[in-house]
Amino acid sequence: MSLNEEVELLRNIPLFSKLEPSKLKLLAFTAERITYEPDQVLFKQGDVGDAAYIIVDGAAKVLVDTPDGELEVAALGRNDFVGEIAILCDVPRTATVRASAKTVTLRITKDLFFRLVAEFPEMSVEIMRELASRLEHTTQQLREALASNK
Amino acid sequence: MNERLERSMYSFVLRYSGRNQLYILAFVVFSWPIGFMLLDLPKQIINRALEAKEEVFRIAVLGFAEIPLQVSQSTFLVILCSVFLVLVVANNALKFHINTSKGRAAERLLRRLRYALFSRVLRFPIPRFKRTSQGEIISMITAETEPVGAFFVGAVVDPIFQGGLLLVAIGFIIVQNPWLGLAAAAFYPLQIYVVPRLQKKVSALGKARLREIRHLSDHVGETVSGIVDIHANDASNLELARFTDRLSNIYNIRFEIFQRKYMIKALNNFLDKLAPFLFYLFGGLLVIDNKLDIGQLVAVIGAHREMSSPWKEMLNWYQQQADARVKYDQVVSQFDVDGMLDATMQHTDAEPGFSLAGDIDISNVSLVDEDEVRRLANLTIKLGSDSNLVVVGSGNSGKDYLGQVLARLAIPTSGQIKVAGHDLTVLPESVTGRRMTYVSGAPFMQSASVRDNLLYGLKNRPLRPADYDDEEAPGRERDFAEAARTGNIVSDYKADWVDFETAGVKDLDELFTRLVQVLDIVEMSEDIYNLGLRGTVDPDRRRDIAESALKARAGLTERLSEPEYEGLVEKFDRSRYNTNASVAENLLFGTTVGDAFDHDRMAENDYVLQVLRDADLIDDMLAAGRSVAETMIEIFADLPPGHEFFEQYSFISSDDLPEFRTLLSRTEKSGVDEMNAEDRAALLSLPFKVVTAQHRLGVVTDELETKILRAREIFAAGLPDDLRGGVEFFEPEKYNAAGSLQDNILFGKLVYGQAEGMRRIGGLVAETLDNLGLRGAVLEAGLEFQVGVGGSRLSSGQRQRLGIARALLKRADIMVLNESTSALDPAAQDRLAGKVLEARGGQGVVWVANRASMASRFARVVVLEDGQIAEQGTFDELNKEGTALHELLQSS
Repeated sequence: MSLNEEVELLRNIPLFSKLEPSKLKLLAFTAERITYEPDQVLFKQGDVGDAAYIIVDGAAKVLVDTPDGELEVAALGRNDFVGEIAILCDVPRTATVRASAKTVTLRITKDLFFRLVAEFPEMSVEIMRELASRLEHTTQQLREALASNK
Repeated sequence: MNERLERSMYSFVLRYSGRNQLYILAFVVFSWPIGFMLLDLPKQIINRALEAKEEVFRIAVLGFAEIPLQVSQSTFLVILCSVFLVLVVANNALKFHINTSKGRAAERLLRRLRYALFSRVLRFPIPRFKRTSQGEIISMITAETEPVGAFFVGAVVDPIFQGGLLLVAIGFIIVQNPWLGLAAAAFYPLQIYVVPRLQKKVSALGKARLREIRHLSDHVGETVSGIVDIHANDASNLELARFTDRLSNIYNIRFEIFQRKYMIKALNNFLDKLAPFLFYLFGGLLVIDNKLDIGQLVAVIGAHREMSSPWKEMLNWYQQQADARVKYDQVVSQFDVDGMLDATMQHTDAEPGFSLAGDIDISNVSLVDEDEVRRLANLTIKLGSDSNLVVVGSGNSGKDYLGQVLARLAIPTSGQIKVAGHDLTVLPESVTGRRMTYVSGAPFMQSASVRDNLLYGLKNRPLRPADYDDEEAPGRERDFAEAARTGNIVSDYKADWVDFETAGVKDLDELFTRLVQVLDIVEMSEDIYNLGLRGTVDPDRRRDIAESALKARAGLTERLSEPEYEGLVEKFDRSRYNTNASVAENLLFGTTVGDAFDHDRMAENDYVLQVLRDADLIDDMLAAGRSVAETMIEIFADLPPGHEFFEQYSFISSDDLPEFRTLLSRTEKSGVDEMNAEDRAALLSLPFKVVTAQHRLGVVTDELETKILRAREIFAAGLPDDLRGGVEFFEPEKYNAAGSLQDNILFGKLVYGQAEGMRRIGGLVAETLDNLGLRGAVLEAGLEFQVGVGGSRLSSGQRQRLGIARALLKRADIMVLNESTSALDPAAQDRLAGKVLEARGGQGVVWVANRASMASRFARVVVLEDGQIAEQGTFDELNKEGTALHELLQSS
């Protein structure tokens, strides 16, 4: 896959969709592209987070350790962005991500991510929007869960 | 036997070269009559042969004998001229012999002096090094002794030789005419009076200059060792200013020296030219009055000319000796130090079987350092031979001094240390350095291999002579004879010094096993293994390792086809383009050696350009270069100049980016031919760095790949002989001497971006090597790793581990470790303490710990506070509320 194709792909991710093409190209060029075989682990719950991943191709599972073993909490596919929480707020990984098929990712290191954010403020606005919408989503889920528990 | 160096240069010279001086002097004296004859003969030729007033021709010999000859005038002339020729030859032969003898004697004195100085450095009391810097010592032993050495033999012979010539010349003139003789020498008394007075000031300046030069070298040394902090503090301007300041001082002193020195010379020259003036005037008058014949006057003027040269030499000699004296005094005074270790302590060999295994008995030991600060006060510690001890305390508790005192690196000011009943202060170094071992926090690493550094403690004396072939042997014999003659040590450095017995092994194989063992103890074998993988091996020297590597290469190739490893490595294949290698690597298809084919400068290499042209690649590469440049400008244009991304990712530096922008628009329309060479090289240099798989720039098209493959063939086929050494080709059946061991085994490129590719392949390589029984070979290669100056290519932790490994290897009776694990993480420190104790069977270990928590592993604990023992006992006795140990444990 060439740089230009990767740029097209990045454009489809909401977080980056508003960035200029040249910035997307910079992101694509400076990110490392890593391929995972099925069942290989992108990162493990509890590890120190040093990078976020964009799934370029393939599929992966988000797993959380529970007393009863691993619990799948989400499935990831093309264009998904994962692992950003650990690099944003310096907490250990909150979940394990494991490839469920041959998966190609763009790995954006913490360093690179923060440099990009510092360099391009429009990105931080996008991130805030994304996080806010996730928070809203989670709150809603919580509310529903509480309601059904009553 | 702790003799002092001779206080004055003359006593040194006379003592060690008196016989040489006499020998040379004999020749010098012998040369005088010849010199006189050489002056006299021209006169005889003119007066007796040419002006022939006599029936019987006579040759005058040295003015007192005459040999009558019954020959014709012309025969007489021929005889005189022949004698003249013979004397000229004899004179020059003598001079040659005198000069070489002098040179040799001087060189012997110089090496004796340097050796004496260096051997003193080895015996300096350790605290001395706090005040004398490395730079000063280096400058003294190397630079400052040089002019002294050059002067040495001249010290006695020169004034006699030149003075003799001078006297001969004056004598000759006086024989001709006493008044002219007096006239010729008239100004010498004046000079003899004035010159020393002028020279005195020059000598004083010379002394000052020497001091400044030492400061200068000191400053350079300091700068080199402190380079990191100079950068970190932006102190380069300060250092430059400081350096300039010193240079100014030196300049001023030097300038004044020049002025005075040449003043002396000028005075001498003036007076020298004054004499001919007198000759012409008064001699001429004498000739007119017929009191002197012309031949005499010519000879006298000739003699004066002969005088001026020895006189000048005398003056030179005088100035040089003044200079050399200053240097000698200045150097020697620095090397006669109080409290120096007695030479016998270093030279006596230990009695075989001498052991220090026994009780350590420290009684009332105090140590006051050179600044009169009390570091240790009245320590009394007893330690049984089967026990071990840990010393803990805060950073300034004096615990490190206790470590040094125990290893006799510092001598207690009062009190006594007895080890196995022997007073530690009187034991020779062959005992303290072999039966005891000391590991500091910053162990000394030579700029040599890991192996050399590990074996350092086993090399106390030469054990097995080196093998010299018939060609080398006589030369070595000569070297040793010469070394003995000049008081140097006669041990052969090239002999095998490694003492197997000390290490408890029988031969090299066992030694290697033991090396691996101690490396395991200090948890360093994995590091050495990896160094071995990354290191290069000379296949000519280690054919076995190279062959093993080729076996491993074949083994690995098989394993790589297993599904688990498929697609992790792209092997080198002459007929295929390697997408995980750069364009440059693909073109060369080999490893570069030296800078002939430096990847960054490929586009400037004439042969590479020729190959590109022959393969019809220039246009494609230019297009690729243009495309790379465009992408780089697009991506990086918005970043501020100097942004770290440029260095990390960009093909073009931020400084060059605008340049490339104009270059692109300038050359948009022009073809290859119209482009100037500089633009072309700039554009061409870009695609060479492109790795298809990593950069994804899409510039290396299939068509380009095919062409590069063709260029690869052209490159290899036409490579001129003088460039052949610049590249080591990838050949499946051949070991690549320029590549690392790992690269040789892999024989390909790691495929970019495979998750954990490096680790998986690393594991596979290790497994393959293990299966082939090659782990030892890799470790051996790792032991050959060059550690760099002061071990700088290793981390400080690795250096500490090696230091401990080195000490363990020696199997000494007592092992003193002085904060020797401070660079390791706490867990590793504790582990290491346990492992070392285990390896030593819990015996004869004194560990000055930098962390109190290590104490729990030791049989006895001493807690120091302000140089005094706060408490001692077992860990369990002391580890309770309210003790000093408890407090230390809490705070760590």
